[in-house]
Amino acid sequence: MSVFSVLAAGGETVAEHSSSAPWILAHAWVLPALMVAAFVATLFFGKRMKFLGAEFGIVSSVATMVLAIGGVIQWVRLAPGTHGEEGAKAEALRAVGAGLRSFAAHFAGEEPIKLRDPIERSVSWFRNGSVDVGLGIHVDGFTVAMLFTVAFISLCVHVFSIEYLRGDKRFTHYFASLNLFSGAMLWMVQTSTTLGLLFGWELMGLCSFLLIGHWWEDKTNSDAALKAFFTTRTGDIGLLVGIVILFFAAGNTFDMAAINEKALHGGINHATLVVAAVALFFGVMGKSAQFPLHTWLPDAMAGPTPASSLIHAATMVVAGVYLFARLYGVFWQGFSITSGGMNFGSWIGAITIVSAAGLAFVQTDIKKVLAYSTVSQLGYMILGLSVGAWVGAIFHLVTHAFFKALLFQASGSVAHSGSHHSFEMERMGGLRKYMPITYRTFFVGYLALAGIPIFSGFWSKDEILNAADKNGFTLALIAGSLGAFMTGCYMTRVMAKTFWGENRLHLFHDDHDAHGAHAAADDHGAAAHDTHAHDAHGHDAHGAAVAHDAHGDAHDAHDGPHESPALITGPLVALAVMATFVGFANWPFKDFLFLKRFWFEKNIANITFEETIAAAGKVHPFNWGVAIPSIILAVGGIAVGYWYNVVKQGDLGLVRRGGVFGLGHKVLKNKYYLDALWTDLIIGSIKGPIAKMAYWINQNVIDAVINTAGRSAAATGRGVYRYIDQGLVDGIVNGAGISASTGGGVLRKLQNGKVQAYAATFLAATGLIAFGLVLFL
Amino acid sequence: MLINQFLVLAAFLFCAGAYGVMVRKNAVLVLMSIELMINSVNMNLIAFALKNDNIIGHVFALFVIAVAAAEVGVGLAIVLLIYRNRRSVDPGEVSEMKG
Repeated sequence: MSVFSVLAAGGETVAEHSSSAPWILAHAWVLPALMVAAFVATLFFGKRMKFLGAEFGIVSSVATMVLAIGGVIQWVRLAPGTHGEEGAKAEALRAVGAGLRSFAAHFAGEEPIKLRDPIERSVSWFRNGSVDVGLGIHVDGFTVAMLFTVAFISLCVHVFSIEYLRGDKRFTHYFASLNLFSGAMLWMVQTSTTLGLLFGWELMGLCSFLLIGHWWEDKTNSDAALKAFFTTRTGDIGLLVGIVILFFAAGNTFDMAAINEKALHGGINHATLVVAAVALFFGVMGKSAQFPLHTWLPDAMAGPTPASSLIHAATMVVAGVYLFARLYGVFWQGFSITSGGMNFGSWIGAITIVSAAGLAFVQTDIKKVLAYSTVSQLGYMILGLSVGAWVGAIFHLVTHAFFKALLFQASGSVAHSGSHHSFEMERMGGLRKYMPITYRTFFVGYLALAGIPIFSGFWSKDEILNAADKNGFTLALIAGSLGAFMTGCYMTRVMAKTFWGENRLHLFHDDHDAHGAHAAADDHGAAAHDTHAHDAHGHDAHGAAVAHDAHGDAHDAHDGPHESPALITGPLVALAVMATFVGFANWPFKDFLFLKRFWFEKNIANITFEETIAAAGKVHPFNWGVAIPSIILAVGGIAVGYWYNVVKQGDLGLVRRGGVFGLGHKVLKNKYYLDALWTDLIIGSIKGPIAKMAYWINQNVIDAVINTAGRSAAATGRGVYRYIDQGLVDGIVNGAGISASTGGGVLRKLQNGKVQAYAATFLAATGLIAFGLVLFL
Repeated sequence: MLINQFLVLAAFLFCAGAYGVMVRKNAVLVLMSIELMINSVNMNLIAFALKNDNIIGHVFALFVIAVAAAEVGVGLAIVLLIYRNRRSVDPGEVSEMKG
């Protein structure tokens, strides 16, 4: 039984929810609608407003934020099992859920999780034959958590952008894209069908293209935008294939709850699920920047920093993870996650964690380090989902969103006020003294990302590693632990280069306008790809500098480093608070003060979750055996990073001497030659041999034919000229010309422009035809 | 039922209309002549529909009337604009071709 059978019975509008469903949850579509309204308003009236359209975005993000908080409260207070859809489906699910709950409770040794039914509302979008395609919302704990995260980060980004992009020539358009971006994500996390999801997914692709290419005058920026767009589109082929397969496999339905249910209860055969899961996973790899389709994400740094913050934290890249978690039934069966062997998803996740963390070591651009760290952390989420840590991965998504948004915005603050709009870490150093608030907030983000206890990143990462251990994914556990070590290490490098030590900005004083970033890029003399990447940043800085000069009075760009204004530090502080405390939402120990054991898990648990993780008895209590090694590794990574970057002052002798380290450095600098693989090897191998073959055929076959033909043609030509051309053809041509001229002279009388003459001709012709028909038929 | 009378009348009307379209010097009268032709065809449709006891002919006639109304609306608007520009509604004068 799907929503659609209910729809078919109920006619056009079916609001399958009891009237007692809380207002915000039943009307969750209002959140994206607000952002889209702001988008339209900004686009049409933005330029005429006092703040150039920013006010629309701010007002609707504040409203969205308030509604999202209200939604969280309403969800938490919602009584289990009494709301949501009625009918046979819900009844059946509830019965299954109850059985599983007692089962899970038996394993976990604690009181069962109380399931709340999702709140579903749907209207009939279009109908084709017996297939009724609905457009609806499906609000459950997962959705509410996502709505809150997205709304919070979107608000911070909006506020941050006012100052960061002040005076930019496309300020209004920037804000419009930002609004639509948030709106698309808010829509995507609540839609009930795969079609609705695709809609939000593609809208985000469009908005990220617009934002990454915000300063499109520079070719590198527009190239980066195109690269992001096309790389994600490559993955989207898989997504589309997966959606179509699931549509037919689940009995002509796009409804995700129905698809999950069918997948879990054997309604779809296993081979189909494997194909569907792999196809969908390609979409996830493109969007969530998994190895080897991650190459677009670091280039996407060409966009304005707050936009990067939104892309990396709450919207674009987590869309893939969201899809994975939402259609978990399909992946659970397709990847055979229960069996405990390494599957496609966990391989990709593990490779992504380690490879991206390795790349983060050699970047000299602070935003690129953060970009690779995002790729690595997304690897954790994919790994977590692939090893059965559904809650852990979602929890990591939420905590990561807060601390990564914080890190990005803090790096934006550094560039804005501390390093003359450059993201080159060579130009920073010692900023701890000049930018105390930025330093402290960045430090919080650093600890959270490195996985130091108390801070949010630790709790979520630990849950993933714990599940990997419990479910028998030893390789995943090793990759995750190695990633924890590397994360601590490269983030310490960033801290050392940016905030500790002595300030190096004055070393670049000769060219302290933003164009200096080019010089810096050239100085490094790195491989071609790297220079290219630096260029992108030079331009980024250039665009920001334009913005900066326009309000030059506010603070002089030629001053030394100083703290950013309140519009920038405010969001930083808010995000730092969240990055510190949000980890307590899933407190794994006994209730303590306000901390409730597994509060987050209990509130996002849904039926899919119950049937997968809980049914296998995989509710994980805190495991010191996993936590302590991961803490030791993280601290060890920090210590190694500190020793190398601070004590040894980042001595490059090790890599310059060549050998294994030199080779490793070179491979990392060239990003595992993946860009070369895509552009040179794959495109080149399609382009090269075919072009060569065509050339050979051109030279040897076609030319020979043409030459022979040419020679014989020349000989015949001479003969023909004399007799045929001069004699016969000229006669014909001249005759034709004369007859055409004469005929034209007669016929032009008909084209006299007199309507009635035309009518007469027309009538006569019709009459003749009619006469002919009567006579001969 | 004999339909001869109807058909003869329709043919007569059609010829009158065709004559009007070709020779009239007033565009409004040309439009009226066109109406005459259309209605003669309508008359044929109705006649045959009655003879064959078939509703489709009636429906089609109604359809033709609706289209004719729209056509007259557009035609009159054109005539009005021509009159404003040239102070004349003689369709023979509207040509700018050398012919």
